[in-house]
Amino acid sequence: MMPLLEVKNLQVRVEEREILHGLSLTVNKGEVHAIMGPNGSGKSTLSHVIAGKPGYEVTGGEILFNGEDLLAMSPDARAAKGVFLAFQYPVEIPGVATMTFLRTALNAQRKARGEGEYSTPDFLKKVREVAAKLNIPQEMLRRGVNVGFSGGEKKRNEVLQMALFEPSLCILDEMDSGLDIDALRVAADGVNALRSPDRAMVVITHYQRLLNYIVPDFVHVMSKGRVVKSGGKELALELEASGYAQFEDAA
Amino acid sequence: MMNVALAKTDTGRALSDAFAVARDRLPGAGKIAEARQRAFEAYERVGLPHRRIEDWKYTDLRVLMRDVLPLAAAPDAAALTRAAAALKLHAIEGARRLVLVDGVFAPNLSETGGLEKGLAIRTLREVLEAGDARLQAQLLGPENPDTMVALNSAMMTDGVVIEVADGAALTQPLHIVHVASGAAPSAMFTRSLLRLGKAASATLVESYIAAASAKTYQVHDSLIVSIGDGARLDHVRLVEDSREAFNITSSQVTLGAKAHFNTFGLTSGSNVSRYQATIAFAGEGSRVETNGVNLLNGRQHADSTLFLDHAVPNCGSREIFRSVVDDRGHSVFQGRIIVRPHAQKTDAKMMTRALLLSDEAEADNKPELEIFADDVTCGHGATTGALDESLLFYLRARGLPEKEAQSLLIQAFVGEAIESIVNDGMRELAVTAAQRWLEARG
Repeated sequence: MMPLLEVKNLQVRVEEREILHGLSLTVNKGEVHAIMGPNGSGKSTLSHVIAGKPGYEVTGGEILFNGEDLLAMSPDARAAKGVFLAFQYPVEIPGVATMTFLRTALNAQRKARGEGEYSTPDFLKKVREVAAKLNIPQEMLRRGVNVGFSGGEKKRNEVLQMALFEPSLCILDEMDSGLDIDALRVAADGVNALRSPDRAMVVITHYQRLLNYIVPDFVHVMSKGRVVKSGGKELALELEASGYAQFEDAA
Repeated sequence: MMNVALAKTDTGRALSDAFAVARDRLPGAGKIAEARQRAFEAYERVGLPHRRIEDWKYTDLRVLMRDVLPLAAAPDAAALTRAAAALKLHAIEGARRLVLVDGVFAPNLSETGGLEKGLAIRTLREVLEAGDARLQAQLLGPENPDTMVALNSAMMTDGVVIEVADGAALTQPLHIVHVASGAAPSAMFTRSLLRLGKAASATLVESYIAAASAKTYQVHDSLIVSIGDGARLDHVRLVEDSREAFNITSSQVTLGAKAHFNTFGLTSGSNVSRYQATIAFAGEGSRVETNGVNLLNGRQHADSTLFLDHAVPNCGSREIFRSVVDDRGHSVFQGRIIVRPHAQKTDAKMMTRALLLSDEAEADNKPELEIFADDVTCGHGATTGALDESLLFYLRARGLPEKEAQSLLIQAFVGEAIESIVNDGMRELAVTAAQRWLEARG
């Protein structure tokens, strides 16, 4: 079976500094991978490069998504193919109503895939269903995208989009940052509801805490731009006990 | 006399010739003809405004107005047919349409029957040829030293004169449409007047459009508005002229006491355009909201020059202006607020923001506050910037192609200026005009 995502020997620079020095990662459908590591190890860079954020220069290696060259695609083409990045810090977009944004984005993805646009009633029905599951009040959907949302509301809005767009690869970048336990639980429940044999997730986190709620199949430890250790979910607990220092020395 | 020497540029000389040729065709004899002559002399003393005249610093007509086109001929049947086709695209449901084709009132394209009680509509030509002295005086009234106003006074050919009686609240919006029919390249000089009586209310929309075949033409328009005590005017102005057109419009608005003026302008058409508005408070307790949007690309040049004259106490004004400039476009916003010595408790605020979509785009913002009273609240701000890359990336990561992501952010950027339009239908009109521009960008 062809892997969903294959990152091979990826080397990335930002300005003159190399951040990733030959990173490799293979993710199959149905799997949940956790990527852990200290600040500055390159975790977020990896997520940005997969999503196509400008400002990163790939100097070596490749990323294949369902066997296709992901790096050759624009960010919007990647989204239409099924790549979804849940942002660590979702931006606020004043003046663009959340509903308008959701409909425009969903229809843009469908159009790129050669599918018909959703009718307004079908779209509204779908959004209401998903929002209700995530405890997102309708009033929030009428506001500007993320404008005046709390940290927890912003993350729930990310999960809402994930549920609506139905991507095949979800990358969660530090989803736990800025969330208290209750907010984290709601967001994690939303994510868990989306686990499926057809979908893979890459959960990027600094702390083991999040992995109590979203239990991974595989854990990778990053340090200084490389994966330095991979294992099962027990590796996360090991890290919780011993910290990252051992890997920083090894790398 | 340096000014006289300067006036004798080729363009300036051609305008003198144009006046000499046209004067016998222009409506109004006797005092009107004399007033025209005086206005033309006033124009000739200075000639076309240029960059050394402070008010025209960014819009140098000696550079931007290369040709003087002959005065437009009255539209023939073919021109009216082309105009009618253009009107279809810009029709406003439920509005009373008053159409000027090539600067001449077109009765067959206009709706002048079944007037609401308290509403009177005449053409400028009628009023200048046979109107009462009071209306004529108001039409010739503006003691505006600006030379383009003087030129318009000299050459004005037709327009619409609207009177709304005391206490009349019009339910049907009035829609003045200026259509260029695409006949030979020519110039049109129009002037319209709207008088709102005490406690009256009305909605006025002005559109500047062109038939599909229209290319080069020049619009010289002016609007005189008086808003009586306790009256209210909602005004929307949409400039969607052809991309080779030239449009200079001046307006002069006077508010009585406890009056309200809500005005919004959007310019997405014309090659070179300037809208210069003077809004004067003549009675206490009045309010003005004046908002505008410029959407420019290619080599378009659009100038909005607003002058708010707080001459009396206890009045409020709000100005929100947004410009979006792509390619080598050039947007100019000049906002001058004067608070005269007795105008205590004035509350005046002005905010202008420009969004530049290319490295060669230019936006000049010139806010000016002159405050001579000591108990006032006044403020202004101006910013210029590019689209926020982090917002663009967020939208693209959600599947929006680059242009669509830009469009959404541009709509949000101009939205604040459009939101202040109170009437839902009018606001929709402005949104649609903005969308037309965005769609034309591709």
